Amino acid sequence: MQRDSADTAGLVIDPLGLQALIERLASMGFRVVGPALRDDAVVYDDITGIGDLPQGWTDRQEPGRYRLERRQDDALFGYAVGPHSWKKFLFPPVETLWSARWDDKGGMAISPPETSQDKFAFIGVRGCELHAMAIQDRVLAEGDHANATYAARRQEAFIVAVNCGQAGGTCFCVSMETGPKVESGFDLALTELLDGGEHRFLVEIGSDAGAQVMEEVPSAPASAVQIEAAAAVVERTAGQMGRSLDTNGIKELLQGNLEHPRWDEVAERCLTCANCTMVCPTCFCTTVEDHSDLTNQSAERVRKWDSCFTMDFSYVHGGSVRSSTRSRYRQWMTHKLANWIDQFGTSGCVGCGRCVTWCPVGIDITEEAAAIRATPGGKGEA
Amino acid sequence: MPSLQRPRLAVWKFASCDGCQLSILDCEDELLALAGAVEIANFPEASSAISEGPYDLSLVEGSITTPHDARRIQDVREQSKFLVTIGACATAGGIQALRNFADVDEFVSTVYASPRYIETLATSTPISDHVAVDYELHGCPINKMQLLEVISAYLAGRKPAIAAHSVCVECKQRGNVCVMVQGTPCLGPVTHAGCGALCPAYRRGCYGCYGPMETPNMKSLAGEWQALGAQPRDIQRALRTFNAWAEPFREESEAHDD
Repeated sequence: MQRDSADTAGLVIDPLGLQALIERLASMGFRVVGPALRDDAVVYDDITGIGDLPQGWTDRQEPGRYRLERRQDDALFGYAVGPHSWKKFLFPPVETLWSARWDDKGGMAISPPETSQDKFAFIGVRGCELHAMAIQDRVLAEGDHANATYAARRQEAFIVAVNCGQAGGTCFCVSMETGPKVESGFDLALTELLDGGEHRFLVEIGSDAGAQVMEEVPSAPASAVQIEAAAAVVERTAGQMGRSLDTNGIKELLQGNLEHPRWDEVAERCLTCANCTMVCPTCFCTTVEDHSDLTNQSAERVRKWDSCFTMDFSYVHGGSVRSSTRSRYRQWMTHKLANWIDQFGTSGCVGCGRCVTWCPVGIDITEEAAAIRATPGGKGEA
Repeated sequence: MPSLQRPRLAVWKFASCDGCQLSILDCEDELLALAGAVEIANFPEASSAISEGPYDLSLVEGSITTPHDARRIQDVREQSKFLVTIGACATAGGIQALRNFADVDEFVSTVYASPRYIETLATSTPISDHVAVDYELHGCPINKMQLLEVISAYLAGRKPAIAAHSVCVECKQRGNVCVMVQGTPCLGPVTHAGCGALCPAYRRGCYGCYGPMETPNMKSLAGEWQALGAQPRDIQRALRTFNAWAEPFREESEAHDD
């Protein structure tokens, strides 16, 4: 296919074009990461081509349940988001911050952090995930305490977004206004078109870098019919949301119901296992561990993902501030949906549904919020 | 600064399989550094050269199952400035604590040809039921890297960096896909971290080798196991393994009697 250089608003590629795009990014030195099948799930992993993508698979998601299922078509992106989020690449779960040794003169020689040389290209980033990255940027890359390694990885990352063609059973991006259509923050955005026996991707260019890459990828100008079909895909997905969350006045609602009996009820179920925070694409809390060796010659400081569901998280002299499950669940949910707005100017939730799906006992944040909304004022059900 | 006199280390065995103290010898790359950092004064599994106490650091493996051991642990405590219990036997009574749910005399008469030679207690109990313990390192067996962390922390006079949260945190840090959400009952959400989520990394549910985590919600997890098809007997058996006598596991297992 030849690309009409005058038309950058809408290009169309076929699966071989997508293969060319992945190869092009790899040849530019990017570590290309995208969806792949592993352990009966769609995870984010290194990919070398479209053969690694979960062609013909989708996922069935419910609170505390995830199953892969065959699709009726050969869609490459026909799944909702899985257990992984891109934060595992941009903000790794375990990272050494520095190490130190005694030097010959009795002083301490400090080595800088191990810096990853990886420059990532992400394939298949969803609208909710782009919003999650923007939220983490606000926390980790902006302000007085920017995380330099995060900021560098983020700056270098090349993002190929995908407009969702399939919503999951725990998705609620429409409520959070984060999808299913991607709006900004990408280099290229694809919409997978499967109707009419043709397998095509409408390509939207979101940056100069994206435009440059597309010059090397065989493409054709999009027809009006294809552009219309892509819009219909997004519209259909928006109508499939498995969940909804009423965000109207939610900050005041939650902040005004800190003693609601629902917190006790959810605490009966909550395992304080921290899975929700680990899978959340915006949760950013970490702990640091200091280690010294047997000979007391070297030491290192390691940062690890942490969670407000652990006792250590709120430990101050004398004990943990949030020792009850009730206080920990309340902290997480009120921070995510309400106090985040005070702190960072947006909700901390993007409606991806991961915390709902990957809670081992299926606690559903949308259901918890709705229960408080149904009986505000702390009365609860009789 | 290194002191002239190295701290004196002792390793003690009570009712156990020796697996935890073997993990010290399994620290092959670090063994020389360990022998340099401490004086290995009393470690019969490693050396027949035994020096008299007192000891600066005692690592205690095993549970208390005989009247003799109940007296001996008092003596160990008296000789030890700092006493660390290692492994599920020492911290929770071990697999031999299954006797606590049954009649030990019946076992003795079934197993031994001459039961009159057997002097045993009716229960297997953790070391902390008998003497004050300064630190407990969980696991069946313990993780040797965690043991090195405890010893290194002791030598540096700092707190060991060992988390008491669930296995799930390690599981997610490792990038595993949750087996429980995919339909396999798993004890990870109620189990103390430390193994690095070994079994879920190989697509098995957690067996609870490290005992209860800091705030386990046993009832909620057991309810979910039932939703996944587990029978009361399955739940009881899962909880009655290496840490059967650890209180949260014990209480929940008793709620699932046939």
